[in-house]
Amino acid sequence: MTETSAPLSTAQPPLVKEKLSRDDWIMRSCMVVIGLFLCVFILLPLYTMLSKSVENKDEAFIGLANYIEYFSTPALFWSAGNSLTIAILSTVIVLFVAFIYGYALTRTCMPFKWFFKVVALIPLLTPSLLGGISLVYWFGNQGVAKGLLFGETIYGPIGITIGSSYWVFPHALMIVITALSITDARLYEAAIALRTSQVRTFFTVTLPGCKYGLISAGFVVFTLVFTDFGVPKVIGGNYNMLATDVYKQVIGQQNFQMGAVVSVVLLVPAIIAFSVDRIVQKKQVALLSARAVPYEPKPHRVRDMSMLVFCLIVAAMILCMLGMAQYASLVKFWPYNLTLGFSNYDFDVMDGGGWDAFWNSLYMALYTAVIGTAVIFFGAYLMEKGRGFGTGRSIFHMLAMLPLAVPGLVLGLSYIFFFNNPANPFNFLYGTLGILVIVSITHFYTVSHLTAVTALKQMDPEFESVSASLKAPFYKTFARVTVPVCTPAILDVSMYLFLNAMTTVSAVIFLYSSDTTLASVAVMNMDDAGDIAPAAAMAMMIAYTCAAARILHAGLTRGLLKHSQAWRNR
Amino acid sequence: MDSKSAHKPYLKITDLTKKFGEFTALDNISLDIFESEFVCFLGPSGCGKTTLLRAIAGLDIQTRGSIEQDNVDISALPPTERDFGIVFQSYALFPNMTVDKNIAYGLENRKLPKDQITNRVRELLDLVGLPEQGIKYPAQLSGGQQQRIALARALATSPGLLLLDEPLSALDARVRDHLRGEIKDLQRRLGVTTIMVTHDQEEALTMADRIVVMDHGLIEQVGTPEEIYGQPRTAFVADFIGTMNFIPGAVTAAGTVSVGQSTFQCDTTYHANGAPITVAIRPEDINAQDIHDGDSNVVDAEVKSLEFMGSFYRANLIGPTFGDGDVHADFSVNLVRRKSVAVGSRLPVRLPAEYVQIYAANGS
Ligand SMILES: Nc1ncnc2c1ncn2[C@@H]1O[C@H](COP(=O)(O)OP(=O)(O)O)[C@@H](O)[C@H]1O
Ligand SMILES: [Mg+2]
Repeated sequence: MTETSAPLSTAQPPLVKEKLSRDDWIMRSCMVVIGLFLCVFILLPLYTMLSKSVENKDEAFIGLANYIEYFSTPALFWSAGNSLTIAILSTVIVLFVAFIYGYALTRTCMPFKWFFKVVALIPLLTPSLLGGISLVYWFGNQGVAKGLLFGETIYGPIGITIGSSYWVFPHALMIVITALSITDARLYEAAIALRTSQVRTFFTVTLPGCKYGLISAGFVVFTLVFTDFGVPKVIGGNYNMLATDVYKQVIGQQNFQMGAVVSVVLLVPAIIAFSVDRIVQKKQVALLSARAVPYEPKPHRVRDMSMLVFCLIVAAMILCMLGMAQYASLVKFWPYNLTLGFSNYDFDVMDGGGWDAFWNSLYMALYTAVIGTAVIFFGAYLMEKGRGFGTGRSIFHMLAMLPLAVPGLVLGLSYIFFFNNPANPFNFLYGTLGILVIVSITHFYTVSHLTAVTALKQMDPEFESVSASLKAPFYKTFARVTVPVCTPAILDVSMYLFLNAMTTVSAVIFLYSSDTTLASVAVMNMDDAGDIAPAAAMAMMIAYTCAAARILHAGLTRGLLKHSQAWRNR
Repeated sequence: MDSKSAHKPYLKITDLTKKFGEFTALDNISLDIFESEFVCFLGPSGCGKTTLLRAIAGLDIQTRGSIEQDNVDISALPPTERDFGIVFQSYALFPNMTVDKNIAYGLENRKLPKDQITNRVRELLDLVGLPEQGIKYPAQLSGGQQQRIALARALATSPGLLLLDEPLSALDARVRDHLRGEIKDLQRRLGVTTIMVTHDQEEALTMADRIVVMDHGLIEQVGTPEEIYGQPRTAFVADFIGTMNFIPGAVTAAGTVSVGQSTFQCDTTYHANGAPITVAIRPEDINAQDIHDGDSNVVDAEVKSLEFMGSFYRANLIGPTFGDGDVHADFSVNLVRRKSVAVGSRLPVRLPAEYVQIYAANGS
């Protein structure tokens, strides 16, 4: 008997298999449901699009034939070069301007900083189309400052570059400001102690310190411009870009297969930029975790004044863009009758969707903000605070990161392929406001998810442990602790979703129906039809709505922080 | 321990192993903890104390092995189905709730009537000595006060087991000393079985009924503070707790070891003849008084330096016996005065056999 049991006695005790609590079951099920949502509304549509690109019109598999056709058609192929040129050019310009602007805001004693901060964020409140429309009024065929172009036309690369730079500027600026704010003051003290010249300090301390931020901003700007549809649509003229090609292939020629091929060509650089950016950002995190002393700039007359001049010029340009759209929308009949009035705001007498389009947009943005915030925050919570289930949580995180790499136009087109299929059980969504809400949530999922995760990570991880020891169900602690503590972040997420849903064109351009026209789409359609002034008017309506939402958000946040001052440390 | 092993342990840990991927954080740990005991897990940072505590709580379940609490096998149970209260170094008080609400949180989950909850909260606030602070938010209290609230919250539901993970490490020295006594006192009054994780030996020595010394995922020794300090079973424990002199040597015969040019008498029960060993003795056990001719374990030493520590002097001794290293000895102020000990003095010192430990010399 001892003989037979000898090998057993040396064996280890068996692996312990954890009994899952009711909470574990609920949390995992909820996470799986949200994960499936992301699969159905991102992965599967993308897959359908990829398969469309290797099929012919009769849906038979033809390998890479479509791609071969694409790359042997110079007219199509050139667009990729154009997109690349414009994206690189805009990236260089925006990085340069955003860096100096950000430097002025964080590292100098320039006066009126608050004013420059507010002005720089204006483009976030407007659809990207607005820049294009303003440029038409400034430099178009009947533009007021046409002479400044010395005979060049604004309808083409010049217009696209200026318009794109305008609307991506705040995106770059926010990243640059973050990068400049984290640099350690002690490095500067050391540099002064070593009698390093200011110029040398700049190149040996300042620039390396925000290197990753600049690289990251570069990738963001590049991707935004490379995949943007609104600006080239309005001001591109005959200058073809990938994004406008997708639109032309799908809407103009009904050539869905070629549309899918161009989408893939659009998707690949976006994914590469995204992946490199993720790697770079990981390094930045390492920099952040060091305990840095915040830098306090000291007055320096010459520097502060030259910065003021620079920022004034930039701010003036931004205000000119917005101001011109506002002015043009009020003018009766440009350029012949410059009396002011609201006739262009009478959308109901024009094609394009009328005031209904505006209300649709408002509802869509509100639904997106409310439902999106709830789903995304809860999903981030389940991922971040769930126990065990490591593989499931990593997969969920990857799914949540994916949307950032997918351009809106590509996602929208994928939705057509996927949901327009009558065999698809979700086919009923097609043409409803619901699908617009869903595409807005998925398209803007990643940034919201990351905001939520950052806020959740700042909470003590032992709250959940303590709750478990006190036998509190997870949803009670979620509702009574997590949500109240994270309310500022939750408000931020809902604001982000609202603004983007209100202004996006690319994600929704393929998906609206005659009942669900949106304001941003109406801007584009009216502009297309030559009703530029009403288009400007509608763009301004979007801008005012977003500004109102932003002010409401600021008020709510301030009130909330004041109300909870007693228990918040800061 | 012998008397206790007669009755059944309250918490019985058997062959517990915890792996993080390939890394073994706990290696086949077995341990019994008895009712109303105050046990400290003591060891250097990263040795697996928290891991063991979290396994007991079910927060990070072990890879293998079993845990029984109060005769129930809880090995695979999630934390919500176990019976414990827990306090963390970070306090983990819910910041948006008042102190009252924090303490009541666990009671509400028991569906107790409101007035009963109110009474219990007041009772607990009295218990931790903060009767007036109920309406404040945690951020309005000092660190020490917050940790007392965390303790009250953990005790509110009268759990059978109280787990404390470095509860005092975030506090400054004075508060820490004070709270040490309070926690110990509270534990004794309530009689709740308690496990506290700490890397601070003084904390463990002053508070624990028994100490579990851990290193690299293994238990090095389990014993009362006196046992751990007085008879450290391994060189690691000897070195980790208090100050210890180590002098290399070898066993020459049963009960005799040679060190440098001298031979000592001491207990060599567990060591073979000729085995290389390390002789260990604490500074306060080195004796320089009442040494008579013919006494054993006496060696000649020279005072290399003398450090005044307030109530005693710490002498740095050198001599042929001690090899290359210095040996620390604590001399009373009285002795130093009487014998005019100064730097450069030569004097005989005795290393009493009953205080000398020897360990197999491997590694060092
Ligand atoms: N979740 C984890 N994943 C991987 N390794 C871990 C994890 N938690 C702890 N460890 C490792 O296990 C060892 C023991 O950790 P811990 O129990 O926290 O030590 P301590 O004794 O300081 O409390 C450490 O080396 C730590 O790095
Ligand atoms: Mg620990």
